[in-house]
Formats: sequence, structure tokens, C-alpha cells
Amino acid sequence: MTATNDLATHQTKRIAQLEDVQVRFGQGDDTFLALDRTNLVVNSGDFVAMVGPSGCGKSTILKLVAGLLRPTEGVVFVAGREVGAEHVGIGMAFQNPTMLPWLTIRQNIMLPLKIVKPYADTFRRDKHTAFRDRADALLAKVGLTGFGDRRPWELSGGMLQRANLCRALIHSPQLLMLDEPFGALDQFTREELWAVLQDLWIETKPTVFLVTHDLREAAFLASRILVMSARPGRVTEDRQVEFARPRTLETTFEAEFTDLTNDLRRMIFAARQSKEMTT
Amino acid sequence: MRVSRKSQENLKAAGFIVALFAIWEIACVLFEVSPIVLPRPSAIFSTLFVQMPALWPHIVQTLGTTMIGFLLGTVIGLALGAFVGISRTAYNTAYPLLVGFSSIPKVAVVPIFVLWFGSGTVPAVLTALTTCIFPIVVNVATGLATTEPEMEDVLKALGANRLQVLWNVGLPRAMPYFFASLKVAITLAFVGTVLSETVAANRGIGTVMMMATSSFDVPLAFAGLFALAILGVALYAVFAVIERRVCGWANRKQEFALN
Repeated sequence: MTATNDLATHQTKRIAQLEDVQVRFGQGDDTFLALDRTNLVVNSGDFVAMVGPSGCGKSTILKLVAGLLRPTEGVVFVAGREVGAEHVGIGMAFQNPTMLPWLTIRQNIMLPLKIVKPYADTFRRDKHTAFRDRADALLAKVGLTGFGDRRPWELSGGMLQRANLCRALIHSPQLLMLDEPFGALDQFTREELWAVLQDLWIETKPTVFLVTHDLREAAFLASRILVMSARPGRVTEDRQVEFARPRTLETTFEAEFTDLTNDLRRMIFAARQSKEMTT
Repeated sequence: MRVSRKSQENLKAAGFIVALFAIWEIACVLFEVSPIVLPRPSAIFSTLFVQMPALWPHIVQTLGTTMIGFLLGTVIGLALGAFVGISRTAYNTAYPLLVGFSSIPKVAVVPIFVLWFGSGTVPAVLTALTTCIFPIVVNVATGLATTEPEMEDVLKALGANRLQVLWNVGLPRAMPYFFASLKVAITLAFVGTVLSETVAANRGIGTVMMMATSSFDVPLAFAGLFALAILGVALYAVFAVIERRVCGWANRKQEFALN
């Protein structure tokens, strides 16, 4: 077996990797470092939550891995290749559900199948049969049975966010990018959706990058939490979260859970303090 | 309940329009306005009716010319708008040119078209096209610019190329803007056609009106105006209906308000 092969077998579990990545925004003299030299390896099936003060580059990491942003320096690898070299069909969901108003919920959810291969090749043929069933099955899992033919404006914010998760997952992506998906929802809806997302993740185990401000959300969902410092962003803490799954709301009342969130809160608070001192 | 209230509103509007014509009629009679200055609406309508056989080919000519110019303007405007909307360079290049061109009075352009293509239908079509294209381009470009950046990110992360983003999100999102511009464009196309016809043509409502005014047949000139107005309103209505059919999703709030 050659050395490269050895390396390949060793890396089979690696899905995303940042190597000495730096991101600088702005032009000319007016630039700032959004993400300081960062090295990060994420294994396939990880649920990574990123927390930190606002403007610390959480979303920047997300966009780097999704190929929406080029690093100023360094290299980003996804699925063993440099990002952007080959599209892997990354699922993505933002706080704004962006359901297209001229389509039904089901058509919205099927949109990725129209674009991602191999589904796109048979979209015309399967959209009324196999893909339709696939969308309906997913809708059922998030508790939206019967809402496939509705229009987005007929659904509440929480329902739209459920549909948004469906759209991000319909093509069974290896990578799922969530940028504060539940940020605009009320506490109860949010906690409901944590459970929904956890169930979906347990089922197919995609690698998830979750950006959130909610430390309880991070602790509830993630298998690994990255704490980031204020600008320029750096990963200051990398912590495994070992709570048994499926986690329930009961989990959030356990001492270890509250200890974890308190720890995280302290670290982010310290990061904010140091930022205020430097500015 | 909703239907009856809507038809009530329509009835009210129709009543006011009729009343406006009635006031015009009465004022003409009351102040003994000469028909050479301002003919009474009844005289205009009767002229329109009596002269219809003679007017008809001209109406057909103007309508046909306008529709051809408008259709070309729509196709070119849509393509240009899409191009300008997705490319920053195209936007920066085309916008000043477009604004500059649309600022030129079309009266000044007609003689040039006549010089190039001779008098008749071709310059009229071109004038209609150039008059109606600007709002279409601007609206389509604006509509494309309203695409949410998040939606674009979602599609790009999936591996969609520019064309797929344009086709699946950009263009549908721009449709309400596009159809709104069509309603304006169709009336502008009429203006362009008639303008060209009054300058250089031997057929069309514009020509008829020129000849009518030069022979002091003011009721006929007004009949021509009315024919144009009626055509304009009719085509506006057609595009309003198409708009409602195609982009009802954009008007949902109004419908909810009525419910």
C-alpha cells in the first residue's frame, strides 16, 4: 500500500478541513481580519456547533466550507478535495427561511433535487412520483403532513423553519450548514425544533455546522462545540459534548448540562471583555 | 359579500367616468364651445361610429405596429434587463447608455429612422420599441436585484450555476416587476407608434389625426384620440389580467385584505 493510500484510509472520516486559513475583508487600506489563522478538522458525522460573540467569524467558517467564500490565505478541503473543485451539494438553512412564494411548500422543498446530481437528471420524470413522496415523507417527519400544497405565506414562522430544514435535507447531503436557523423563533418552538433536528440528524448522520447564539441550543444539539473569540476570530476552545442521545428537554436540566452552558458563557464573556479592552 | 362589494366599487367608478363625460358635454353646450375648438363627447363618439369603416384599417395598422414594437421591446427588454441585472459590468455599462437614450425625445429619433428605413411601418415599429423598452429593462433589473442573498447562498451551496439561480429564483422573483412594467410599456408603445405615424406614414391613426387637424375636422381628430385611448385601456386591462394570473402570489396581501 502506498503512502497516499495510507493517508486516504486515514482520512476517510475527514469531511472538512481548514488549513492555515485566514480571511480578510475589505479593500485597500481599509481591511480587517475576520478570521485569524485557523486549523480545523471535522470528521464525517460530527455535529459541530460554533458559538462566540457576534462578529467573531462563525458564519465565515460556514461560508468557507460551503464554498461561498474564498479564504484570503490557506486552503479549505471538503470531502478530500479543495473546496469548489467539485460540488458536493451542501444543504443550507438560514434564519430567514426564504421559501419562494410562487411555489408550494412541496415544490420549495424539492428545489435542491432540481439542481443537485444525480437527482437533477431525472427531476422532470420523478417530480410527480418518487421525489414527491420523498418530500412528503420528510414533511411528515417534521410534523408538516398535509402542508405540502400550501403556499409559504400560509405558514407560521416555526412551520416555515421546519420546511426550511426539509429543503436543506431533501437531497441527503453529506454536509448541512445551519446559520442561526432558529434565531427568530420563540423559546417553545425553538426547543421543539431542536428535537426535530436531532431526530433528522440521528437518522442519516450528516455532518452539521451550526452557528448559534443560543448556548443551550449548542449544548443540546452538538457533539462538538467550538468557542470563538471576538474579531479577529479564532477557535479558542474545542469541546466534545458527550451527553447520551437522543437528548431531551430533561437533559437540559441536568447539572452537567448547565455546567457546560455556564462554562461556555464564561468563555464568551471573557472573549468579549478582551475585545473591549483592545478597542 | 366580497364579489358584491367589488362590483359595487366598479359600478361607482364607472358612474364617475360617465359623469365626467356628461360634465364635458354639458359644459360644451352651456358655454357654446365651437366644435372646432373642443367637440362634444357625443359628437366624438358618433364620428367614431360613423367613420368606423374608414378608420378601421388605420386602427388595425396602428394596433399591429404597436404590438410588433411592443413584443420586440418586451423580448429585448427582458433579455437586456436580465443581463443588466446579473452582471455588474453590464449594469455599469448599460445603465448610463439606457438613461441617456431614454432621455432623448423620440420625436427627434423618428426622422433618423425614416432616413434609414424610409417612411411607413418600420420606423413606427422601431419608435414603439424604443419608447417602451426602458421601463421593462429597469424593472426586470430591479426585480432581479430583490433576490434574497440567503436564497442565492442556498442555491450556490447546492452547486447551482448562475443560470440556474436566474431561472429558478431571479426571473420568477422579477415577474411582478416585469408585468407591472408591461402595463406601462404597452401604453408607451402606442405613443411611439402614433408619434412616428404623425411624422412619416400614410396609414395609421396618427396619420388620420394629422390629416383631420389640417382640414379642421376636429371631431375626427378627437375620434382618433378616443380610438387610441380605448385601445390603450383595453390592452392595459389584458396585461393586468395576465399579471394577476401569472403572479397572483405577489398580490396575496390585497386578496387577504379583501377577505
